[in-house]
Amino acid sequence: MKLTHLLSAAALSFAFTGSAFATDINGAGASFPAPVYQAWAAAYKEKTGSAMNYQSIGSGGGQNQIINRTVDFGASDAPMKDDKLESNNLLQFPTVIGSVVPTVNIDGIADGQLTLSGSIIADIYQGKITKWNDAKIVALNKDVKLPDAAIVPIYRSDSSGTSFVFTSYLSSASADWSSNVGAATSVQWPAGAGAKGNEGVAGMVKNTKGAIGYVEFVYAAANKLPTTNLVNKAGKVVKPTIPAFMDAAAAADWKGAKNFAASMIDTAGEKAWPITSATYILLPKNPASAEQSAAVIKFFDWAYTADGDAIAEKLHYIPLPDSVVGEIKKAWSSDVKVDGKAVWTN
Amino acid sequence: MDATLSGTQADAVLKTAHKPTGRISDPIFVGILWSCGIFVLLLLGLIIAMLFEGGFPALREFGISFLWSTDWNPVTEKFGAGVMVFGTLFSAVIAVIVALPLSFGIAFFLTEIAAGPLRRPIGVAIQLLAAIPSIIYGMWGFFVVVPLIAAYVQPPLIEWLGPIPLIGALFQGPPLGAGMLTAGVILAIMILPFITAMFVEVLESVPPMLKESAYGVGATTYEVYRNVSVPYGRTAMVGAVMLGLGRALGETMAVTFVIGNATRMSASLFAPGSTIASTIANEFPEASIGSLKLQSLMQLGFILFVISFIVLALSRMLVRSKLKG
Repeated sequence: MKLTHLLSAAALSFAFTGSAFATDINGAGASFPAPVYQAWAAAYKEKTGSAMNYQSIGSGGGQNQIINRTVDFGASDAPMKDDKLESNNLLQFPTVIGSVVPTVNIDGIADGQLTLSGSIIADIYQGKITKWNDAKIVALNKDVKLPDAAIVPIYRSDSSGTSFVFTSYLSSASADWSSNVGAATSVQWPAGAGAKGNEGVAGMVKNTKGAIGYVEFVYAAANKLPTTNLVNKAGKVVKPTIPAFMDAAAAADWKGAKNFAASMIDTAGEKAWPITSATYILLPKNPASAEQSAAVIKFFDWAYTADGDAIAEKLHYIPLPDSVVGEIKKAWSSDVKVDGKAVWTN
Repeated sequence: MDATLSGTQADAVLKTAHKPTGRISDPIFVGILWSCGIFVLLLLGLIIAMLFEGGFPALREFGISFLWSTDWNPVTEKFGAGVMVFGTLFSAVIAVIVALPLSFGIAFFLTEIAAGPLRRPIGVAIQLLAAIPSIIYGMWGFFVVVPLIAAYVQPPLIEWLGPIPLIGALFQGPPLGAGMLTAGVILAIMILPFITAMFVEVLESVPPMLKESAYGVGATTYEVYRNVSVPYGRTAMVGAVMLGLGRALGETMAVTFVIGNATRMSASLFAPGSTIASTIANEFPEASIGSLKLQSLMQLGFILFVISFIVLALSRMLVRSKLKG
């Protein structure tokens, strides 16, 4: 009688510790993919009972935390440099693709009416084009009546992956920008004012006549912000739409990219939206616990299924092309090892 | 009778205090008190040491010119504190200039003019202002004050005062709403309760006899305020202002929302700028460990610490000289 009690108690406690320790995984980093990671986590928990906790602390924070191994995985919008991945023994792989769109507040100009180009935006953010009826803008918008109003450029004041993607685009489209300012999560902005987060930029653009800002498409779509069209590398005018982002993803050189860091910025695709980028996960190649690492991989393996794709699309993110997912799965089984044994096999 | 004890009374108190029961508990209690006191010193010392040690590589890299260099370029990894030090001092000074007359007015109204029933609600309202978290001030500033200033304050000022030589430099640029002036105004509202509370205390400590005498010789309310109350509490009031200034220097979230966050130097009140605290708040999450950027941010923190220390030391000195006098 007593023995059975003891046994059942032991079995019960074993079951509890088992479920509590084996499956909870923790990640931290980029805020840009945070909505989709959190939506995935909720759906995954409902399906499997395993929890994934994601802290949206910024790409730099995600890199720091995974280098210090305080989380099971890190997340970053900007791909980590090859030598840094090497020295910290990290595997890098993309999860979803997103894009950045300009948003404007000009009297008499509706959503999708204005067309801009990379070099014009670079000149605006350098303070070289200061009026909306500048000859260069008028030349691109012959059918639009542009006011004689001052342009107020608005940027992200907090250093963020969004700024990295946007300044990478400006660097690619304008040699001038590339040599004077450059691309980073925060740069020395030559003109304009900064606001915190997507909400801050959107709010400041909304409140300031003549303002132009940039936000993640996810955010612009959810809040129905007035966006502009862009002239892409092929010289075509494109609207910020999901098919245009998918074109950018398809035009990227995934085969030639090391550590999956394929650039989708300003690709040559005919219909490609030029400010498109993937966001990345950083996973230790030598995890302390095979079980934890396998749980992380299982989670993202599920995220790449049709269920995960549907959630991403609903939130206006673009799922990765299937061929890329295949390469990622190969990397998981060949690169992530504990004591020489792969933690996950396809 | 005054409150000092005569010799025999003091002896009696000492005797009861040294009853045998206190022999063990007393040293323990005194020990705990010592450790509490030392803890604060130790903590402060560790924070200063951490900031200095963390920021020293930046100082070594850029030399002493880090203090005034106006570069802040994460791409080329050239960092300098000039713009932020300027922005920190400029916004805090605007805050004090705006808050000072208001605090004077409110404090004098509360102590001299306001009738009993009105005094309490105003006093409570002032205290509540101090209790509002700074992030709320930031949001309010961003969504309410910034658009108002952009629409109604800046355009006329730029038009009227902008063309004037010299003073005009203060009123240049597009009406953004966010900028030094807005940050200063928000900061002023935030430090108002602290300065006012100390002013009230000072004004209440003015001996009634002094004021009554002044009224007796026919002085008006303003004259009493001007010639009796203010001179009596002048040094303590300066101390109060310095404490307000100290608070304004380090304020972070509210300023980050409304200052415009540009790492450029400008003399204009309307131009966006940045403070040391706002720069740290903005840049810290993306600064990777061991990077020059993080070290520069640490050094910025150390500079802010030194500035705050100087302001606090000045205020202490002024308050102390008042006590001695």
